[in-house]
Amino acid sequence: MLEIRNLQAAVVEKPILQGIDLVVPDGEIHAIMGPNGSGKSTLAYVLSGRADFAVTGGSVTFDGADLLAMEPEQRAQAGLFLAFQAPVELPGVGNANFLRTALNAVRRARGDEELDAAAFLKLAKAAARSLHMPDDMLKRNVNVGFSGGEKKRNEVLQMAILRPKLAILDETDSGLDIDALRIVGEGVNALRSEKFSALVITHHQRLLDHIVPDRVHVLAHGRIIRSGGAELARELEAQGYAHVIAEAA
Amino acid sequence: MNIVPNQVLPPHATSAEPFLARYRGLRAGLPGPRAPREAAADLLRRRGLPGPRDEAWKYTNLKPLTELQFHAALTDAGDHPSPVALPHLGALAESPRVVFVAGRYRADLSQLPDQITARRFAGHLDTDAAPEHDQLLALNTLLAEDGALLAVAAGIDAGTLLLVHMGADLSGTPAAFHPRHSVHLGAGAALTLVEISAGQGTYLHNPVLNIDLQAGARLAHLRLQIESPHSFHIGAVHAAIAENAAYDSFSLILGARLARSEIHARLSGARAHAALNAAQVLRGVQHADFTTIVSHDAPCGTSRQTVKNVLDNHARGVFQGKIEVARAAQKTDGYQMNQALLLSPHAEIDCKPQLEIFADDVKCSHGATVGELDADQLFFLRSRGIPQAEARGMLVRAFLSEAVDLIRHDAARALFDDALNAWWEAQAP
Repeated sequence: MLEIRNLQAAVVEKPILQGIDLVVPDGEIHAIMGPNGSGKSTLAYVLSGRADFAVTGGSVTFDGADLLAMEPEQRAQAGLFLAFQAPVELPGVGNANFLRTALNAVRRARGDEELDAAAFLKLAKAAARSLHMPDDMLKRNVNVGFSGGEKKRNEVLQMAILRPKLAILDETDSGLDIDALRIVGEGVNALRSEKFSALVITHHQRLLDHIVPDRVHVLAHGRIIRSGGAELARELEAQGYAHVIAEAA
Repeated sequence: MNIVPNQVLPPHATSAEPFLARYRGLRAGLPGPRAPREAAADLLRRRGLPGPRDEAWKYTNLKPLTELQFHAALTDAGDHPSPVALPHLGALAESPRVVFVAGRYRADLSQLPDQITARRFAGHLDTDAAPEHDQLLALNTLLAEDGALLAVAAGIDAGTLLLVHMGADLSGTPAAFHPRHSVHLGAGAALTLVEISAGQGTYLHNPVLNIDLQAGARLAHLRLQIESPHSFHIGAVHAAIAENAAYDSFSLILGARLARSEIHARLSGARAHAALNAAQVLRGVQHADFTTIVSHDAPCGTSRQTVKNVLDNHARGVFQGKIEVARAAQKTDGYQMNQALLLSPHAEIDCKPQLEIFADDVKCSHGATVGELDADQLFFLRSRGIPQAEARGMLVRAFLSEAVDLIRHDAARALFDDALNAWWEAQAP
């Protein structure tokens, strides 16, 4: 699914990622944990194609294709999804209209027929209900006046509708209460299949209680310094990053 | 005595001589009394066309207009009905309409409801048809030949009426049209007037529309300017709004190479209301100037202006909004907001708000913002698979929606949406 080889990236000439190697096979969920400033979010942005990060070395292959050569929309059309840490508000853009435009853009790129308004609304309402979102969140402007938790749920709704092959969740747990955390976890778990992989970026163990990862990687100073199973997350929670970083050094 | 016109013009003035020459040629055949036209001719001889040296025309230069010769005399071109494709009318395709083609009323294309009295302009010009400092109005007064005089009797709701003008050149020669329209609503009458200015080729469309709203009358005036990209649209609306009457206008300006749209709204009765909302969406080397003068003459009036400019390439947008509050107009509530979105580093917006307040108990506010598309919003949309051009279009539409959503007439709003979509699709790669 995703193969990252010696990935290096910089922002305004300051190196952030300093050689990341990571393979996420089909059907697996990998967690990336690490202290503030370790490069977790940069990795998410670089993978999704944000222009303000310069890739200075390495390669990323997504389903056999060169991910770094694609425009952001092409990456999404190919099945990559980034759940933003801080989703933007779009005043004047209706949520339903936005979701339908996105879904149809992706469907068009994949050679599927576009959905008309009625068919889309049926699908969107079902997806919203499964995430315990009121129907009126579809009628409102994208993220405008949404609480922090609603914005995150809206990200998961977009994911549920676009059905990506690889989802990158960038600290989706931040700002969520316990119930919302469970709903987000259920949203991701509902997509779990042999054809769905995820990269879950988080500071904390608690999201991983709901989305149990196959692998956990510790990122520090732009490199993965340790990898392990789900138990590694619990070890980090108990002992802190400093201990693991010191051990790896 | 013959006066050589240019000798009496102030330095740097733009001569109106091409239009004065046309007037001299047409004079004998123009309808109605001669005096107001002569006054207009005198003003234009002395002052020339308005230009950057006039305070109200600082940002808009009509010089390109004088580089063309509008030879064709309208009277010669008129009554030869030829098939004409009307612009897209959407859900309004069945609405009653008054249609002008190349400045001429076309009965064969028009269809009037019973509730509206319509006459053709026959040269009747009000006494103040060429006030000093209003050369735009004078230009229309000088050469007005045709127009629609529409009236709705007191208490009648006349529904929706289209006023369509189709401009055209005359067999390849630039043409000029100066229609003079009026709308009169009796006390308590109501009308939705959807005005569409479209066309093909090189021409000047110089319409003047006088609006008279009696007490409690309500006019929704929804204007779509989609003139030919080679054309000039230099027009003015003069609205007089009596007590409790409401003039609610929205202007969507997409067309013409050079456009100046003036709205003068005079709130002459207590509790009168005027809304002068607009969006100018321009590209290439288009220049469009939306200039408003709202005169609060009576107490408790309200005025609202939300004006948006979206400018791409080398386009230039101008908004001048003047609010005058007379001493008697206590408790006036005026609001004006101008926002511009620049899609290119070469685009330019000029914004001039002006408040002249002589009453002491009023609420007047204005604001202006200029920005570009938000990179985070654009990336967010693209990260969801939406191609860049489509994503930009969505954000531009979102920017405009605050103004366009003020159109309460569903069919008209849908028509304006269609026009915006067509504009965007013509641009997308």
